[in-house]
This record gives sequence, C-alpha cells and structure tokens, in this order.
Amino acid sequence: MPSQLINNYFRTNSLPHIWCPGCGNGIVTRSIVEAIDNLNLDRDKVCIVSGIGCSSRASGYLDFNTLHTTHGRALTFATGIKMAKPGLEVIVITGDGDCSAIGGNHLIHASRRNINITTIVYNNNIYGMTGGQYSPTTPKGDKGTTAPYGSIDTDFDLCNLTAGAGATYVGRATVFNPKLIVKLIENGIKNKGFSFIEAVTTCPTYYGRKNKKGSAVDMMRYLKDNSINIETAKKLEDNKLKDKIIVGELYKNIRPEYTDEYNKIVDSF
Amino acid sequence: MPEKTFKMLQINEKWCKGCGICVAFCPKDVLDIKSGKVIIKDIDACIKCGQCELRCPDYAIYLGGEDNEK
Repeated sequence: MPSQLINNYFRTNSLPHIWCPGCGNGIVTRSIVEAIDNLNLDRDKVCIVSGIGCSSRASGYLDFNTLHTTHGRALTFATGIKMAKPGLEVIVITGDGDCSAIGGNHLIHASRRNINITTIVYNNNIYGMTGGQYSPTTPKGDKGTTAPYGSIDTDFDLCNLTAGAGATYVGRATVFNPKLIVKLIENGIKNKGFSFIEAVTTCPTYYGRKNKKGSAVDMMRYLKDNSINIETAKKLEDNKLKDKIIVGELYKNIRPEYTDEYNKIVDSF
Repeated sequence: MPEKTFKMLQINEKWCKGCGICVAFCPKDVLDIKSGKVIIKDIDACIKCGQCELRCPDYAIYLGGEDNEK
C-alpha cells in the first residue's frame, strides 16, 4: 500500500517506475503532485504534457489528463491545449535535453508569448535515456559518452535563458530540497503567465558515473553543499558563487498573458 | 470520540530499489539497507519527521497507516 498522496494522484498499477535506483526524477514528480494537492486543483482541470526522455516518462505515472508527446515538442502541444481550453491548468514536464536542445526554440517562444503554462524541467545535466550523451546543460569540462574528454561547450543557464526570453516566473530548486520545489511549483501554477521551474536532479547512472560523482547519496550531498539561496547569494561576493547552484525564486514579472490577448482579438469582432 | 491515531513509518519493499537516500538523510539513524532493500533498524528512535518520505525517489517509505496501540 503506497502513501495516500501517491495513491490519490498516481496510476499505482504502473509503479514501480522505470527510473534507476537513486534517480531524482521520482522526487520531482512527487513534488509536483504535492503542489497540486496543496492547491486543491480539480484533477479534471489539470493537463500534464511531457516530451521524450527519462523525465517525460512521468506523465504516464500520473493520474490526470496526460499527454506524452514527441521529442522537444511538449510545449507546442501544451500551447495548443491552452489555446483550445484556456480553463485547463497545463503543466509541462520536460528534461534538459528535451526543452533546451530539441525543443529549445519552443522554450524561448513559449517564454516570449508568456502563455499561462507551468513548465518543470528535470535537469540532470545529461541525456539519460539514450545512453549518457552530453546535453546543453552538461557543465563545461564534464564528460558524457559523446564527450569522452570533457565537453567544450558552454552550458546553458536555463533560468537566465527563460527570464531573458520573457517568462514571468522563474525559479530553481534541487532534489535535496523538495519542499522548495513544491513551493516554486505552487507559485508557478498561481502565476498567470509562463512559469519555468528548473528542478536540479541527479543521474547517478550516467552523469554521476561518467564524472565520478559517486553514489546517489554522494550526489544528493553535493546538491546540499553546493546550493545557495538567492537571498543569501545577493550578500556574497561573486568569487564565492563560482560553481554554486543558486536556488529560490530567481525572477518575477507581470506581463499580458497570451490567451487573454488572443481572446481580446476574438472578442473584438 | 474516536480514538486518536498516529502515523507510523511504513515500507513498501516491492518498490524499494535500495538507493540508500533515506538511510543517509534520516536524522535519527532509524534505517538501514539489508539485501538491497531498506529496513527499519530502530523504530523507537523515529521522530516521524518525514524526511525519508520526502526524498524517497521510489515512494517506498512513508508515514501512514494507523497505529491505535500507542
């Protein structure tokens, strides 16, 4: 018998999930349902859309209206759903490769439009499902199966990217601190506009093994020791923030929402 | 008046993948891994903080159920 929260919101007959031992994806998925539960959302009014990748398997385990789409296109399907039914609470689950490489274009344009969708990206710094290729968020110098001597690409800061592109709520949290993920998702859902939450998660199987980061527990300890809240970070000098993970509510703004603007045009005829 | 119930630490062994995250972050050293699965080593030390449930990626450990004996 699983816990009440899991029983209420998961398709328990499809559990245990396929994620590897120690993979943080399960922690983020639980945080999403905890946020939905805290907000008392009507489950028939929630639509969860995901792309392709380890992270995107989450939609299959969740008992809402769910849509498992093609690689990188979760945000395009989600945009379509939101335009057709603006009353639905559309939540997108995606991975770092899915949203910033294959679907990078869609991510910046969804941010630019400020469409009322909450996007949660499970950032494990690697393509896990396909065998550990380096992704746009693999830190420079770190290894993947396609970067055996270390990646020479500068990694994306997804939060800066989406904030710069026009998202109106941007936050980051790690799987060591699921309470913060829950809080950010709740605020993201409440925000009327495009909300982007980066959940920094662990991939002990590929990213951890390729880069000698140790066990799942060691990787969790790393997240614990290397994350700094934005409020604390503001008081620290830049050299103390090098290679640290800045967590918390990073950016907030108020701008016109896309479906509202669209409906104004429709109503003008 | 209905009898007061307490939540108890529960383990769903079938879902446990033995990653050891709950064991490492339990503040009271209640848990252990035996034959690749989590076990309760010292239930009396449990303060029911729920840290294990929060970080279990496999939903295999949680505070739940009813314990009318206490």
